[in-house]
Amino acid sequence: MKEDRATASQAAGDPASSRDAAADRGAPTLVVNGLAFGGGFAVMALEMLGGRILAPWFGGSIHVWGSVIAVFMLSLALGYLAGGAWSLRAPSLRRFGFIFLVGAGVLYPLLAAAGPIMAWTFERVEDPRYGSLVASLALFVAPTVVLGAISPYAVRLLVPNRERSGRVAGGLYFVSTLGSAAGTLATSFYFVLWFDIHAIVAGLAGLLALLGVAAVVAEPRRPSGPA
Amino acid sequence: MKRRLAPLAAAAALAATALPSLGTGTVLHREQSLYQNILVVREPTRLCLRFSVRRQTRNQSCVDPEDGRRMVFAYTRMMMALLLLEPAPERILVAGLGGGTLPAALAALLPEAAIDVVEIDPAVVAVAERYFGFAATARLRVVVADARVFVKRALARDDRYHAVLLDAYGGDYIPEHLLTREFLAEVRGLLGGGGVVAANTFSASRLYHHESATYQAVFGTFFNFKAPGSGNRIVLAANGPLPPTAVLEANAAAWRAPLAAYGVPIDSYPALLAAATAVDWDTAARPLTDQYAPANLLQDAARMPQDAAR
Repeated sequence: MKEDRATASQAAGDPASSRDAAADRGAPTLVVNGLAFGGGFAVMALEMLGGRILAPWFGGSIHVWGSVIAVFMLSLALGYLAGGAWSLRAPSLRRFGFIFLVGAGVLYPLLAAAGPIMAWTFERVEDPRYGSLVASLALFVAPTVVLGAISPYAVRLLVPNRERSGRVAGGLYFVSTLGSAAGTLATSFYFVLWFDIHAIVAGLAGLLALLGVAAVVAEPRRPSGPA
Repeated sequence: MKRRLAPLAAAAALAATALPSLGTGTVLHREQSLYQNILVVREPTRLCLRFSVRRQTRNQSCVDPEDGRRMVFAYTRMMMALLLLEPAPERILVAGLGGGTLPAALAALLPEAAIDVVEIDPAVVAVAERYFGFAATARLRVVVADARVFVKRALARDDRYHAVLLDAYGGDYIPEHLLTREFLAEVRGLLGGGGVVAANTFSASRLYHHESATYQAVFGTFFNFKAPGSGNRIVLAANGPLPPTAVLEANAAAWRAPLAAYGVPIDSYPALLAAATAVDWDTAARPLTDQYAPANLLQDAARMPQDAAR
């Protein structure tokens, strides 16, 4: 129980910034950045699948993409607020990991729920614009809000002081958006050619769960329980 | 976390900058619609509708201004082979309007039939009306909608058709949700008892194998109709057993005279169809499904034969 927090942080990442961060919370920079990358990857991979998931019921017209993008944007916006608010309460790498575990937990049921939800919507909403919007809301708000909470929470974990806050936020947006680019390309170029959509969504849920567990495990031990 | 949908922006940029070579001909109309670039070109002997989405432009539909009925392209003529399987369809669904050649011909040949055309792009409807003399009537209805949504709604209403023509894969871009086992099963569901599906499909690239496997999975044996000198492949599938050659020949005899004006060599089709049930695709190819539908990626390996075939 008496492991040195600074040692754990330095082993994991950039010594200078981790030392500052470690003094406050002990969140290893490399781990947090890796998680932010994974979160960005999952968001865009899911968004790329969104259009494909809706197409059998609502078509492939431009308004279907409009629905998907709007719902992702809206959900991310809410997620940013939620993540920022939650970061006020005893922030820790372990709690950061919970975001990923919850994300996996709300994403996985999509596999079973998508068909019935779209059938239900199709029967009730004649116009495919609003049909695709309603279905997108029902399917994608929950996982995307959760994933949106990742970035602001990660900023809180890594910001040591006011002077460095912009730099840290910039770095985190960099890695998470890089992750988004990777998720977009990997999904649209390769995953859809290699796997079923169900398998890809299950894989994303698995990735999030893995990242969540990694964060919980990487949480530096403290002498006393969490504050 | 600023993200946007790159494909749409990229497609728009590409469409704006890469206008294709037009070959010989005068451009009468050029339009960038929501779904494609639309060109109407007057060539020396014909008037053509062209769509271009990517590198190349191909003629989508052409008419001979001197003889509006003559079908210029082999694939259009070959689609009429559906009359050999279903000689008197009363309700017909056509997915994909193009210049309106096929639905207009069917409306003229089958004065009693009710024809629904579903076309996703309103700009195509306007061009067909303005340049190709297409005119919707009470019996020849055009609905601007996504064909997948239209088919699902029609199924929910318990609508039935005797013939469904799938001609929505004309441009460089394939609507992937219209080329899956689930979609074809929905189309088959629309046929009720009996009925025929005629699909203008892809004859080259890896997609040929996957597409063939998909039709096989839904309809079992189908006529894999290819005509000599044409690079096209028309899938003719029946909701039930395929008719024997004698029936095809009897229907060909009945349709010979009316189809002559359209330049359709219907007499030659029964023999070609009789020889067209052999499996010539890789049976290990995976059928396309709503879960697995990378049709555009599969098509990119080799392009379809060009203009001549279309």
